[in-house]
Amino acid sequence: MSGVIKTLPIEITVNGRRRTLEVAVHHTLLDVLREDLELTGTKECCLVGECGACTVMVDGRIVDSCLMLAVEADGAEILTVEGLARDGHLNPLQQAFLDKGAVQCGFCTPGQLMAAQALLVENPHPNVAEVQEGLAGNLCRCGCYYQIFEAVLSVAEAGSR
Amino acid sequence: MRTFAYERPVSLADAVALLDSHGPSTRLLAGGTDLIIRLRDGSARPGMVIDVKRIPELCPEIRERDGVLTIGATTVMADLAANGLVRRHFEALAEAASVVGSVQIRNRATIAGNICNASPAADTAPPLLVYGAVVVAAGPHGSRRIPISEFFVRSGLTSLEPNELVVAIELPVPASLTGAVHLRRTRRRGHDLASVTLCCSVNEAGVTRLAYGSVGPKPVLEQDETHVLANPSAPDDAKQVVLERMFAEASPSKRSMRASPEYRMAMLRLLGSRAMRTAIERLAEKRGAQA
Ligand SMILES: Cc1cc2nc3c(=O)[nH]c(=O)nc-3n(C[C@H](O)[C@H](O)[C@H](O)COP(=O)(O)OP(=O)(O)OC[C@H]3O[C@@H](n4cnc5c(N)ncnc54)[C@H](O)[C@@H]3O)c2cc1C
Ligand code: FES
Ligand code: FES
Repeated sequence: MSGVIKTLPIEITVNGRRRTLEVAVHHTLLDVLREDLELTGTKECCLVGECGACTVMVDGRIVDSCLMLAVEADGAEILTVEGLARDGHLNPLQQAFLDKGAVQCGFCTPGQLMAAQALLVENPHPNVAEVQEGLAGNLCRCGCYYQIFEAVLSVAEAGSR
Repeated sequence: MRTFAYERPVSLADAVALLDSHGPSTRLLAGGTDLIIRLRDGSARPGMVIDVKRIPELCPEIRERDGVLTIGATTVMADLAANGLVRRHFEALAEAASVVGSVQIRNRATIAGNICNASPAADTAPPLLVYGAVVVAAGPHGSRRIPISEFFVRSGLTSLEPNELVVAIELPVPASLTGAVHLRRTRRRGHDLASVTLCCSVNEAGVTRLAYGSVGPKPVLEQDETHVLANPSAPDDAKQVVLERMFAEASPSKRSMRASPEYRMAMLRLLGSRAMRTAIERLAEKRGAQA
């Protein structure tokens, strides 16, 4: 490490809560969520934008938080998997993942949920191909793709009833 | 990741001044989908990172004026793919933007980052070449316009000066009806760069333009003025001769782990013929819609 570590103040809203933090400029949003804010639901894995385990929503759009500096999120609104449940109740996607057996080891689940959430906001009634495309940036090492797609489609269907 | 100074200029003049005074030790940061990886693996070790996303002149905006579409440097792939003007006039560019990486990547990856990174596999390069894009660059001596065909030098290198940055990309709206398509060959959707990228356009005047990437140090543009390719009644072997001539510049690397040179050449020919057919079909559809 060369020289002093540079830090900057940032203000972000995480899961509805305003946070003012002093962050190292070379730390990613993922680092800050997990280490500074202890929100460890967002997972760290490939660190090259390929697995999607670190997926969070920034100003309504999903991003790989391992590929974004925390300072770039200054002023942004962030939603992580910890923000999906409301008043102690799982959100419909989380419940569907459990019901359909879409969670094996669970490591990819937070990222899958965030990607699925973003997909359904943009397109409440996706077909199978659209679900596959929406979740193409999220790998599941346990191979629960079928169950994950089922879970997402079941929430979409329930919404149309 | 090593630490660095982080600057977030809010004017083009400030950004250029930073670039000019700190020169080679700086790196511009747009969406970061290429740069953050390089900062982490140590292949880029800048003393200063200049975030360009708050410079108003580079803002993610797409507008049409006097027959020219101007795309702000920080426009992301997701917005490029969804934009009505791009889809109407530059369908192959919209297609290219829609196949970059995954949703997560497309929400961050910018058009300027894609061309400035200068990967031979950059998906927007073939359509930008085919549509005759112009790169608007700014530096200490003002701005200049670089034809995209003079922008790519070799893998990782563009004709930008170290103290210049890309402000926008301009696309002349085609004067005559044009059918175009972008195709590519990858091992896996969402996670891999292409082993062949190819864009083809055909216009009413019978001119075919073909650009391809990932088969040499930089993407290549060719134009068929003989009108043979666009002519539906020209015999197939005559077309093959013209296509072969267009692929003469392809020189796929033997060292790539993604695909062998033989495979890339085979795929280039296949995608070339397919793209030709689709471009002609699309032109016919547009003619039909006009009639
Ligand atoms: C998982 C994954 C999948 C990918 N898949 C694809 C794919 O399918 N197709 C594809 O083409 N690419 C792909 N990429 C590569 C990358 O996403 C694109 O090249 C992207 O467009 C880069 O843009 P960016 O804004 O993220 O660039 P950055 O990483 O911010 O910058 C890239 C380079 O451009 C320079 N730069 C940025 N903006 C400017 C400017 N305005 N002026 C001058 N220089 C500038 C930077 O200094 C840097 O050297 C993928 C990347 C990942 C991680
Ligand atoms: S850890 Fe970010 S994409 Fe894999
Ligand atoms: S459930 Fe184990 S990686 Fe997806």
